[in-house]
Amino acid sequence: MPSLGATYGRGAATLPQWDLANSDCVLVMGSNMAENHPIAFRFVLQAKQRGATVIHADPRFTRTSALADIHAPLRAGSDIAFLGGLIHHVLEHDLWFRDYALPYTNLSTIVDEEYQGPEELDGLFSGWSEESKRYSPQSWQYQGVMMPSSLAEAFIETEGFCEAVKRLHEGPTPKDPTLQHPRCVYQILKRHFARYTPEMVERATGCPREVFLKVAEALARNSGRERTGAICYAVGWTHHSTGVQMIRAAAILQALLGNVGRPGGGILALRGHTSIQGSTDIPTLYDMLPGYLPQPHALKPHQDLAQYLEAETNPTGWWHNFPKYAVSLLRAWYGGAGNKENGFGYDFLPRIVGDHSQLPMTVAMRDGIIKGLFVMGQNPVVGGSNSLLVQRGLAQLDWMVVRDFAETDTASFWRDGHLVRSGELRPEEIGTEVFLMPASLSGEKAGSFTNTHRLLQWHDKVVDGPGDSRSEHWFTYHLGRRLKSLYADSTREEDQAIRALTWDYPVDEEGEPDAEAVLQEINGYTWPERKLVQDFKELKEDGSTACGCWIYSGVFPEEGRNLARARKPDGPDGPGTHLGWGFAWPDNRRTLNNRASADPEGRPWSERKRLVWWDEDKGEWQSPDKVDFIPTKRPDYEPDWEKKPAGMDAISGHQPFIMIPDGVAGLFVPSGLKDGPLPAHFEPVESPVSNPLYRQDANPAAKRWEHADNPIHATGDPRFPHMLTTYRLTEQHSGGTPTRLVPTTAELMPEGFCEIPTELAASLGIRSTDWVVLSTARGEIETRALVTDRLQPFRLDGRLIFQLGLPWHYGWAGYATGDIANVLTAVVGDPNTAMHENKALTCALRPGRLPRGKGES
Amino acid sequence: MTERRRPRRSLTRKSAGALADWSVPRQLRGAPDKTKAAESAMSRGLRPRLEQADKVGTSICPYCAVGCAQLIYAKDGKPIHVEGDPRSPINQGTLCPKGAATFGLMLSPQRLDHCLHRAPGAGEWRRVTLDWAMDRIAHLAKRTRDEGYVARLPDGTRLNHTLSIGSLGGATLDNEENYLIKKLFSGGLGMVFLENQARV
Repeated sequence: MPSLGATYGRGAATLPQWDLANSDCVLVMGSNMAENHPIAFRFVLQAKQRGATVIHADPRFTRTSALADIHAPLRAGSDIAFLGGLIHHVLEHDLWFRDYALPYTNLSTIVDEEYQGPEELDGLFSGWSEESKRYSPQSWQYQGVMMPSSLAEAFIETEGFCEAVKRLHEGPTPKDPTLQHPRCVYQILKRHFARYTPEMVERATGCPREVFLKVAEALARNSGRERTGAICYAVGWTHHSTGVQMIRAAAILQALLGNVGRPGGGILALRGHTSIQGSTDIPTLYDMLPGYLPQPHALKPHQDLAQYLEAETNPTGWWHNFPKYAVSLLRAWYGGAGNKENGFGYDFLPRIVGDHSQLPMTVAMRDGIIKGLFVMGQNPVVGGSNSLLVQRGLAQLDWMVVRDFAETDTASFWRDGHLVRSGELRPEEIGTEVFLMPASLSGEKAGSFTNTHRLLQWHDKVVDGPGDSRSEHWFTYHLGRRLKSLYADSTREEDQAIRALTWDYPVDEEGEPDAEAVLQEINGYTWPERKLVQDFKELKEDGSTACGCWIYSGVFPEEGRNLARARKPDGPDGPGTHLGWGFAWPDNRRTLNNRASADPEGRPWSERKRLVWWDEDKGEWQSPDKVDFIPTKRPDYEPDWEKKPAGMDAISGHQPFIMIPDGVAGLFVPSGLKDGPLPAHFEPVESPVSNPLYRQDANPAAKRWEHADNPIHATGDPRFPHMLTTYRLTEQHSGGTPTRLVPTTAELMPEGFCEIPTELAASLGIRSTDWVVLSTARGEIETRALVTDRLQPFRLDGRLIFQLGLPWHYGWAGYATGDIANVLTAVVGDPNTAMHENKALTCALRPGRLPRGKGES
Repeated sequence: MTERRRPRRSLTRKSAGALADWSVPRQLRGAPDKTKAAESAMSRGLRPRLEQADKVGTSICPYCAVGCAQLIYAKDGKPIHVEGDPRSPINQGTLCPKGAATFGLMLSPQRLDHCLHRAPGAGEWRRVTLDWAMDRIAHLAKRTRDEGYVARLPDGTRLNHTLSIGSLGGATLDNEENYLIKKLFSGGLGMVFLENQARV
């Protein structure tokens, strides 16, 4: 989540879910929380019972809307116009929390004189290169200071950048606390959002002006010293070509209103899979190493360890500790094979050369670059964009290993897939060798999951999975063991890494590696003595500690104390931080940036919203939470710039955002984002209408993969007049494997369907349960119609725009079946995350069924 | 709930007994519905199936990322019940329709208990042993990796990577599993096409 990372310093939910009950106002947007995170939604309802205002802004009227005080309907993909309108409202009417936002954000910081925004450049920011379709963030820097980012994979390829950032040692970033300077962030924000008026919000989003103003007033009314509001979002924001900037807009709003780091305030990212946060922290992702360290890049100054540390270590702020975490990770992976000459094994690490995420992976399979594929608990035929392209890619592979608890759609693509049914390919023409291996579920293996609010919780092994079912611990460990023995006698340089890899986990009588031993390696220990470290403050950059993921350090502080397994909740008398239940990263802190819950002098903003305060007698910060700050740093501490301070010494006692190099929330983000320092509304890559705000229609930096199998609709293409948004159902889960293949959930939601607005259905003669065909340039699917008033059409520039809603869980496997929504979607994505845009695209609709394919009897 | 002992009786005695045992008349006469008025001979014999469990463990719901805690009850090595853990500050014993289906997930008739292999061009699966599959996969992984491995760019810049193998998945797996996958695939084999559901 680069949006929250760039703004607040860490890309994760800022508050625990139960803290929503302490909110005075909850805005749910980009999420249908009541249906998709129902248990977490209980806390929203608890807040409502205590008098909080609940708002749902969404294209569909769902159960979340039904339980909200206000439902603000808006056109899919117009969220930044809506949120920009809220920012405009707060600035225009001076409703922001001045005592908080002035010291705790970069509102007063002065930006480089070369900077220009979409106001001046009609939808572009300065630094755009039409040739490379990329931005250079050089002109987005502060006056006279280059700002490094708190994000991995954010290095600026500018000559002299590493030298220029060192000026952060020499003094504070340039500021005008009077906010009069025309290039201070406050004035830039005012100009940037000037055109996001209520009238423009109505025009761009379709949300009636009065409803929008009710939302704006509720949010403003419920922030300040005595009150806080929270925002909850899910993939309704991330699945856009502007997804990161949608969340950025929310992050700006929350920082202006003083809602970050305080009880009942913040931003809750509602994530979809049980350990999707864990698999981001310990990334089975291409661009990061565990703990948000950048994966070395062949085209960046990452040639050797010294260069990598030089380029990636921020001079100021907590990330100055970067070398300790990087070296400790290398020690954990390569043990004694790491030495000074090979940079503790840094020389073994693979280098990336570009974007290797799932969308380009799909194209690389289709083009025959990828020849072997492991699929572990994922179902890309259903979940991947442009499913026909995915299936053609799978058919090109030499081999594929699918590990799941049953036969998934992905595992059977060669027998039941679209290519076979349509007659495009016969099974005998598909050369892919496929393995399907039964996998164990959570009660059948021990290990930890990290939930949506950074909480690590252990699950026990209670029973064995059936037959040959094995955990991924088992599979990975034994595959690694076999590979190490195949490479044991190699003397080739390229096989050094696999030979050097430490792989000595204890196994039980069934050969299952001990998951606690793996968690201990993740926690970290001294090397070579293997004494567990208490937390990441003990990690060293001299190779004397090993640590698999520094942000998880502290989860296993001593033998026999696995804190992920801690199960001691607070009682009804509080304090309600539940420090004894599980372990939250980092350092068991439950609310991030919680220093901001006290004023610059260290006093709580109000008794009602008390969380952290400075105790002068003890000389220490106090809190029922773990303090996200240096525990003994006085609120009046100021860096001694004469001494060129580094790291936390350069962060004052009243700068709560310790992961950001200047200690304050980045409303304007100088580096780290690829599509601009501020959010601006762009239409989806495929939209029925032009951008009402700028001449530039779609996000210019959006990722588009040009491919014959991936045609993209032009804006306003009359062949595809309707908007399509995909969504999830309470009774089904993601790619559908763990619900469509389970009788109890399958029978609750047995078949795919498409929600069609009443007026459109009437005009096409479609009634509920009729068959309809949806089509895009990528493909066509057939499904049943559900005629509904839940998706209201919008009148935009005199045209009526209809939106269709399509659950995307279905496929051919299991008891509950339906055609695959992702046959319709395109491989396009957000420039920062390469996340696809499946929440807003265009399509055509007609009554009837698809012709039977040659492969079907 | 499962029934335990149901006494055998003759048909007439059974029906007379059933009438006397019927709870509705009692309740109509005003007995409060939260007392024993709702009891019958059959319900008196009912016992919670949890009592049969010989093992209980804490678990976490495998569906979304809210992180609801569960208790898994087992008997003779088979799960007999899954319910929300009342101690959890997140779910306080509750589960949503998916979480409540965890028991059905573990016992789904669709579950696979052996390894399957589909040879290139084949029209059907063939059953194989776990050992055979593991050996074959290790062999293929090594061959494909070695064929696609690039140590350096022509200018000498280190790459240490292979583009020829990809991996998808991780968001449904344990932290420790993700760690081993990243460590082996990236740190050991040099794979860079390594992704999970975080972007989908």
